[in-house]
Amino acid sequence: MDLDALAGCLSSSACLVTQTTSGLIIGMLLFLVAVGLTLIFGVLKVVNFSHGAFYMFGAYFAMTAYQLTGSFALAMLAGAAGTALLGLIFERVFMSRVYGADVLMQLLVCYAFVLIFDDVVRIIWGPEFKSMGMPAAFQVMPLFIAGGVVPPYYLLLIGVALVAAIVLGIGLSRSRIGKVIRAAAHNPGMVSALGINTGLIYGGVFALGGMLAGLAGALAAPVRSLTPGMGFSVLIESFIVTVIGGMGSILGALIGALLLGLIRSFGSLGFPLFTEGLMYLFMVIVLVSKPTGLFGKEAA
Amino acid sequence: MTELEAGRAETLASVRGGAAFQRYRDVLIAVIAFAVLASLPLFTGSKALLDFVIRCSAYGLFATSLNLLVGYTGLTSFGHGMFFGLGAYSFGLIMQKLGLPIPVAFVATLAITAVIAAVIGAICVRLKEIYFAFVTLAFQMLIHSTILSWASFTGGDQGLRGGIPRPAFLGINLANHVHLYIASCALLVLGLLAMRQIAQSPFGYTLRMIRDNAARASFLGIDVWRAKLTVFVLAALFASMGGMVMALFVSGAYPEFAYWTISGEGIFINMLGGVSTFLGPMVGTVLLLLLNDTVTRFTEYHGIVLGVVILFFALGLRKGLLDFVAEWFSHRRDAGEGR
Repeated sequence: MDLDALAGCLSSSACLVTQTTSGLIIGMLLFLVAVGLTLIFGVLKVVNFSHGAFYMFGAYFAMTAYQLTGSFALAMLAGAAGTALLGLIFERVFMSRVYGADVLMQLLVCYAFVLIFDDVVRIIWGPEFKSMGMPAAFQVMPLFIAGGVVPPYYLLLIGVALVAAIVLGIGLSRSRIGKVIRAAAHNPGMVSALGINTGLIYGGVFALGGMLAGLAGALAAPVRSLTPGMGFSVLIESFIVTVIGGMGSILGALIGALLLGLIRSFGSLGFPLFTEGLMYLFMVIVLVSKPTGLFGKEAA
Repeated sequence: MTELEAGRAETLASVRGGAAFQRYRDVLIAVIAFAVLASLPLFTGSKALLDFVIRCSAYGLFATSLNLLVGYTGLTSFGHGMFFGLGAYSFGLIMQKLGLPIPVAFVATLAITAVIAAVIGAICVRLKEIYFAFVTLAFQMLIHSTILSWASFTGGDQGLRGGIPRPAFLGINLANHVHLYIASCALLVLGLLAMRQIAQSPFGYTLRMIRDNAARASFLGIDVWRAKLTVFVLAALFASMGGMVMALFVSGAYPEFAYWTISGEGIFINMLGGVSTFLGPMVGTVLLLLLNDTVTRFTEYHGIVLGVVILFFALGLRKGLLDFVAEWFSHRRDAGEGR
């Protein structure tokens, strides 16, 4: 425990800015993963335990595309589109068989894929740590805000995640597709009776969720190291986010992710060895005081 | 007494008689199983085989206790492995730091597990299934990260090294391989027998009712929360026993014992063997350990092989092996009776 370091940081504006931005990027990446998880849960009523694998694939796809083309935009696109396709196939071929089965069965199918995907990555890209490297466009002087150092890439990352959050929020509540998705979440039988292909919606939502996780992985690729199994810790954290925010709530996922990001970045100063423990503790506290999460509705 | 009540009393008595008969039968099976296992060293000098049975004991206790939650009560815990790790670590730490006699350390570990399980259970069991699964998982990770970060006490990522002292007690010397083997078998058989008694007791049937319809159980005056908490703590005790067997076997404790994959394996074992029969998880344990041992010998990518096998069971059979066999038998019996 190192409370002096924490207090010292809180009283200096430079450290405060640095830690807050690093908390924000952790939070934003988590949000992208968690919002996919919460969306899939909200509509399909399954917990995608293999969601972390999509994050991992996104990062690896982006790295390979970047090495092949040298274009950052193409790398992001490859990460997002590749995982969207993967999500669609995964849902249509495997997950669609266990809807309505008990939770155990769904967890098992996903558990199987966590094992398989990790080994697939190990075979294709090798077991060692990889790094994509920062694209040249962002290798510029960092910005200084109130004495704190903020790399420009962080701003891009936060911006992309924010745009994704806004588009998702408005799209789900305003657009026709969004309304159909919400209707399918509420009463799939009725939606299907009205002549809408619910299988397509389920596949689409899963692909969207996978794409968001893949995008998060692609965005994280320049700043994190890539390794098989990297998805699991992200999965656990994004699950904590959805539990804190409330399953199925997009706003909840955003708030939960930001809170968790800040806990991680400031917690690493005050409790360097127990940062992860802090997150679990926080989750327990939220759950004990409000079992459905901060923004969760009472289950019907 | 009316005629109706008289008839009811009669059936009740016969049910009781049946239960007593079943209990004697279970004890008899347990004694025979123990005799067979215990006589194994007389016939074979194979250390590998005895090691295999010891590992089966550790995982079997763990997996069967998980089935009390998953199969009997419908509580899909994804963090049950924390009690396996907790048992291994508490036992190892007590033996290393305090040097108590083994039986005392054994009981002390069970007491510690009971207290921690009661606290965690009190928070978890009121949650709905998905939340329950993941909050137990989060607690597992909390314990795992505590073990990793409290390096001065638990050895951090190196685990508890330097061996666990195994002083002899009552003429039993667990440092001796055969003694350790017999003790593991005894713990396994006693543990299974105790869990069987729990499963067949009125309490066990209460658990089944909660699984099938918790609201109805609650209307009938059952305190669902208390029943769930009780079985959560009981299952934790047996998982902790499994962890202690493991700690004695490897003479140490490692963070992997408390990692989530142990819980994943436990769920998988239950799936493999089947959750509808009492011995399903035991069969699953033997299958998984055999599978693991064979696969790791042939390929380093055993995740893929294991994953495909899981998919085969989850999507293909949709039930465990013993479930399959049990269903086949009941079909055949029904056919024989001309139903």
